[in-house]
Amino acid sequence: MILQPATGIFTFTWVLVALPLLGAFLILVFGKQLKKIAPYLAIALSSSSFVLGFIMFLQMRTRPAGERGFVSNVYQWISSGSLDVSFGLQLDQLSIAFVLLITFVGTMIHIYSLGYMEHDENRGRFFGYLNLFVAAMLLLVLADNYLLLYVGWEGVGLASYLLIGFWQNKHSAATAAKKAFVVNRVGDFGLSLAIMTMFLAFGSFSFSAVNAGMQNAQDWLALTIGLLLLLAAAGKSAQFPLQSWLLDAMEGPTPVSALIHAATMVTAGVYLIVRSASIFNASEAARNAVIIVGAISLIAGAIIGAAKEDIKKSLAGSTMSQIGFMILAAGLGPVGYVFAILHLITHGFFKAVMFLGAGSVMHATNDNVNMRRYGGLSKLMIFTFTTFMVGYLAIIGIPPFAGFYSKEYILEAAFSHSIWVGLIALFGAGLTAFYMTRMVIWTFLSPPRWEDGVHPHESPKSMTIPMIVLAIGAAVIGFALTYNHVFEEWLEPVTGFEKPNAPISVFALTILTLTVVAAGVIFAIYRYRTISPTTPQEVSFLTQAARKDLYGDVANETLLMRPGQKVTKGLVTFDEKAIDGTFLGVANMVWSASRLLRQTSTGYVRSYAAYIVGGTLLVMFLLLIARL
Amino acid sequence: MSPEAYLILSSIIFSIGAMGVMLRRNAIVAFMSIELMLNAANLALVSSSRTWGNLTGQVSAFFVMVIAACEVVIGLAIILTIFRSRRSASVDEPSLLRW
Amino acid sequence: MSLLLLALVLTPFVGALLIPVANKYFKWSAKFTGLASAIVTLLLALAIAISFDRNSSSLTQFDFKVSWIDVFGISFHVGVTGIGLVLVLLTAVLTPIVLWADFYAAVKRPILYTSLILLLAGSANLIFLARDLFLFYVFFEAMLIPVFFLIGIFGGANRAKAAMKFLIYGLAGGLIMLAAIVALTLIATTQLQRSTFDIATLSQSISLTPMQEMWLFLGFFIAFAIKAPMVPLHTWLPDTAEQATPGTSTMLIGVLDKIGTFGMIALVLPLFPNASAQLAPWIIGLAVVSVIYGAILAIGQKDMRRLFAYTSISHFGFIVMGIFAFTTIGIAGATLYMVAHGLSTAALFLVGGHLIKQRETALIADYGGLTKVAPVMAGFFLMAALSALALPGMAGFVSEFMVLTGVYQRYQAAAIVATLGIILAAIYMLWLYQRVFTGPENEKSNLIKDLSSKEVIPLVPVFALLILLGFWPQPVLTTIEKSVANVMQQVDSVDPAPIFAIENKEQN
Repeated sequence: MILQPATGIFTFTWVLVALPLLGAFLILVFGKQLKKIAPYLAIALSSSSFVLGFIMFLQMRTRPAGERGFVSNVYQWISSGSLDVSFGLQLDQLSIAFVLLITFVGTMIHIYSLGYMEHDENRGRFFGYLNLFVAAMLLLVLADNYLLLYVGWEGVGLASYLLIGFWQNKHSAATAAKKAFVVNRVGDFGLSLAIMTMFLAFGSFSFSAVNAGMQNAQDWLALTIGLLLLLAAAGKSAQFPLQSWLLDAMEGPTPVSALIHAATMVTAGVYLIVRSASIFNASEAARNAVIIVGAISLIAGAIIGAAKEDIKKSLAGSTMSQIGFMILAAGLGPVGYVFAILHLITHGFFKAVMFLGAGSVMHATNDNVNMRRYGGLSKLMIFTFTTFMVGYLAIIGIPPFAGFYSKEYILEAAFSHSIWVGLIALFGAGLTAFYMTRMVIWTFLSPPRWEDGVHPHESPKSMTIPMIVLAIGAAVIGFALTYNHVFEEWLEPVTGFEKPNAPISVFALTILTLTVVAAGVIFAIYRYRTISPTTPQEVSFLTQAARKDLYGDVANETLLMRPGQKVTKGLVTFDEKAIDGTFLGVANMVWSASRLLRQTSTGYVRSYAAYIVGGTLLVMFLLLIARL
Repeated sequence: MSPEAYLILSSIIFSIGAMGVMLRRNAIVAFMSIELMLNAANLALVSSSRTWGNLTGQVSAFFVMVIAACEVVIGLAIILTIFRSRRSASVDEPSLLRW
Repeated sequence: MSLLLLALVLTPFVGALLIPVANKYFKWSAKFTGLASAIVTLLLALAIAISFDRNSSSLTQFDFKVSWIDVFGISFHVGVTGIGLVLVLLTAVLTPIVLWADFYAAVKRPILYTSLILLLAGSANLIFLARDLFLFYVFFEAMLIPVFFLIGIFGGANRAKAAMKFLIYGLAGGLIMLAAIVALTLIATTQLQRSTFDIATLSQSISLTPMQEMWLFLGFFIAFAIKAPMVPLHTWLPDTAEQATPGTSTMLIGVLDKIGTFGMIALVLPLFPNASAQLAPWIIGLAVVSVIYGAILAIGQKDMRRLFAYTSISHFGFIVMGIFAFTTIGIAGATLYMVAHGLSTAALFLVGGHLIKQRETALIADYGGLTKVAPVMAGFFLMAALSALALPGMAGFVSEFMVLTGVYQRYQAAAIVATLGIILAAIYMLWLYQRVFTGPENEKSNLIKDLSSKEVIPLVPVFALLILLGFWPQPVLTTIEKSVANVMQQVDSVDPAPIFAIENKEQN
């Protein structure tokens, strides 16, 4: 696809980013003066970004398929020697899809936060951070080169850091925030190296230059860059082996978990891989690595999600698993890119609904997150329950809810790639049905197991309305996007598309999937006839492992943290004793030598005279010897 | 003219002076010994001036005398002050300027 | 125009002399006179920056030259190179900020303090502008004196020891360099039949044997590697930073240590291009060690100021790496890095200084949970930390990326290892922030007062510049462009071409 210089309304692409950025700036700098209106300002700016994005989307639709991509060069960012980077924004079919998702879900969650954060004294700051996040995320998806993407990439990381650690005086929140940032930096390490390798290879790292360059590049290059990008994607999207931060990230306020750690930011890894389609198309080995990472995360996330008692952590495990689906789909190549994005969008809706529902439940139960102390909420929180159920039906893939379509296509693509990948994905779908049913039963359907003094009640309108809006989205968006293959046709010019060619018919596959899902649901219903309000200790090894995040943190600690601490301690001692010690040793030697020599300064004039005479005689003597 | 005898005399006087500085404690005597050394040097200078038929040596001798005179002025003043404060002219007494 | 430059060079010295006089006879406070002369210097520097011709590829502009010691061919010769101009601007920006910030720290003897800071700034300016090796050397040594007194008189409890350590390291480096300078000019005298200290002449018309070049290179390089501390010559910096006032540390690490890296670009590369090229892999290796070693030690520090010092050692590793990569991007990135690092060091020390001043301890363990009592300070501190860990959008990011890319073009393995530094940077900075500002409140947290608006004022320009240069580094990059090209030409180096050429390359 050829990108065109932006014209008309598309020259204002930068405004999409600038609006929420302005909000963040105003709120964070003039926090005190704007205390009252900060939330409304944030909502206004984020929603105007959505409106602008929507108008652009409508404009884009009126144009022929091949002419929907625009590049607007805002200004020259870095120019030095052969390095020439513009602050350029690229608005095409892929980015506009993200722009709409981010600004729409983002605005909904802004509104939800009005109610959720009502009593927080720092809520102005919270909205400032949310706006900052929206701006950075928009920059990420609108950048026309990898370096600018990196700015957005770390920008969302910063917003995520600030928001996870929003309740900073909680030790666990501060630690979780730092951990998220550091683990993300490991991914950024990969992204930095990928960008540098691109520059080394092509002398540029704009999307268009890399796409053009990949055509005559060699395999090793595609593999190297592909693996580095995969590392970056794994860091941001909490995929194996960099998944550990996501579960801890649930320390943040729930709207944050919904927006950043479910709907948008964590899916940036998928965006990165799909955006780099030309690189992954050129290396099968890199694609296989992507599939493996996706598959491991898909299963591991589901297992973790099935064992957690904390509703948010269970949902986080689910997020990891669902992103595993997307990554897996992206690894399938042109068969899967479109469906990865499709699933990303549907997931954005239904996971946001469920997180907001979880937040609503927590709101009702004095911020309790333990599902063992929920139960019986279906009648008391009718809106929360209904919207949550919509999300539930969407995620497990019951037609006609959104998840059904996206998941079905991914399964089809997976089966057409290889039967094993297909079976893993199918197994993942079954696990999803199991743990989500478990969550619904524990939270809403089983008899109440509330703690003393808890009186559940429905949340205020500012919270339920966004949930309802998002639930409607979760219900219809799958059908709307796949009807008549509109989404495939929409994205095809950017990502390329091949029709999946599964060994079994689509109808048979649908039946098979629904059977597996039904099995998962039924097994969960059977398994959780009764729920103990306390945690049973006598459980299988797998459950124990899953409760500990499958020993991810343990591995990090024993392999990296502890040795790292030892190295640090050792080097501090080394620096003090060996390096500084050497120089101090030299200094001490000089000092002792001087102490020895100054003994000669006795203070007696006559001995000084003797030294002079002796010295003179010595010199004369030496001269004489030299003469002889 | 052979300068040998003058130079021998000069080195003898110089040695006496040096010995005096090193061995005698009394500041005045030490001072006189220094004068001896300076004058020994003067003798050597003047005699070599005579030998080479060159005035440089004699000019140098004048400089040495001037320096000697200056030295006497300052040196005696110092010795006097020390004698006043310590009631002694021994050069070994004021050995405070040491390590 | 050369007179403008002369005025720029002289103003800080005049200011320093005027302070005690004006205080005695006109009752002008040291603050007023000091700030006024610092601001005049800044304006003069800006005037020069505006009239600086960015398209001219001549080595220097605004040359001012008068004969000084004729017998040895020494002249008072100053001139503006792009790289020098950028560093002069950095000095000119930081001086008033430091003066302003330290006045609110209530310095004991304001007259002496202000004069010393101005002397320091003046010496630094002369070094950045010197085109005569002797002039360079004289002020390279002379600037030790104000710093020595700044640490020794105004520092913390162990100030005497720290000042002495600083001085001895500085003098040792200076001595080695002096030996090299003498040897170099002796060689020059025999070859040219006249004595000269002119840097341009020395770099262009002298031919050295490889052996001579190697030894002279080492003489200069060691002196500069002490100043811009590289492992293992770095241990004076943490001790000094621990004892010095925040303002002194800012000037010391932000400006004076840049003389080391500036010297590498302005003297070592042009004077000894062959030896530089030959030893570059070793120096890059040493720089990578500095990057990682400094970062790991920063993680292990208990004292905030020592931590800042070790982060600087890590950052200096990046700068040296960029310089010895011999690529345009690397050298330009290293120069931008100097500016970014100067600003972010100022940010860290000045914000941290407010904290340390109030509780009179710099031990990290003595703090905790300060966001609640001092949200403004926490915000500034976090921004300073983020700029130190090179967050995109801050000046540090562009420069760090340029340096790493420049190095990656020639030494992939070194660049990969150095890139690990970005992970370590996140650990040391955010862990520090976590321990000091977040988590449960310390029982003594309530003693901390938040920043007042007067204390915020000097910080605003620092942060504004950090963010501005992060999004728009062009002002710096265009200024140094020709200067960097000159350096590349002097070392006879050409940027590596991309491995796979792109046909019909589109505009990036």
